[in-house]
Amino acid sequence: MNIRSTFEDGRLTIYFEGELDHHAARDALRQIEERIDATCPRETVLDFKGLTFMDSSGIAVVVKAYKRTSQVGGKLSVTNLGPQPRRVLQAAGVERFVRVIVTPKEV
Amino acid sequence: MTETNSFKMEFLSRSANESFARAVVACFAAQLDPTLEELGDIKTAVSEAVTNCIVHAYPDTIGKIRLRVRILDGDTVEITVKDFGCGIEDVAKARQPMFTTGGEERSGMGFTIMESFMDKLIVRSKPGKGTTVVMRRKIQRRESAK
Repeated sequence: MNIRSTFEDGRLTIYFEGELDHHAARDALRQIEERIDATCPRETVLDFKGLTFMDSSGIAVVVKAYKRTSQVGGKLSVTNLGPQPRRVLQAAGVERFVRVIVTPKEV
Repeated sequence: MTETNSFKMEFLSRSANESFARAVVACFAAQLDPTLEELGDIKTAVSEAVTNCIVHAYPDTIGKIRLRVRILDGDTVEITVKDFGCGIEDVAKARQPMFTTGGEERSGMGFTIMESFMDKLIVRSKPGKGTTVVMRRKIQRRESAK
């Protein structure tokens, strides 16, 4: 799992590449926390374009990003969800509290 | 149900084996010509079952995980994941959505996902002896244009 991020105009975008399972989750959680704390974003966007697989560990990652961003007064969105990660997030009802951008303006 | 094909393997409860286990099961299930969605569901369920062994069955040790996959009646995948770890005191409680003893790194959705992504989920556990999870998923026949 590779994670990189950009920060521009108060928006933190975190890009995920690879498979997000329990093995990858601890490192992902740590990196997300660090980047949110360092930037205090108005909006955090989790970009899952490069994500090929996610299990319930990904739910914990999204929830964590949501909580951490809320703590600094920001909003969380999720974009470029493939069908498999989307089914996992739907099973957990994550779409009730996180905005899912279905067709991003820019890819 | 008639078994038409099967395999067994055993591996250690190291988290690097989560992706290994789901990839092996997906390769084996491919002979039933599943859709990408069916394959994704099966991989997710295997990932959850194996992660449970690693996180909960063997929290402080490395133990053995046995995986058996069978093809039943030529159209159903049956996956059995067995560990010899600490077991689950209250299986009904563990299966509830959002219930977890794994802290905030875990979502408590593992069993819920196994249940909703597979047709059948059986969980048998004895505290101190281990846990066995059996899951089945029927692969729909497709009018494929081969």
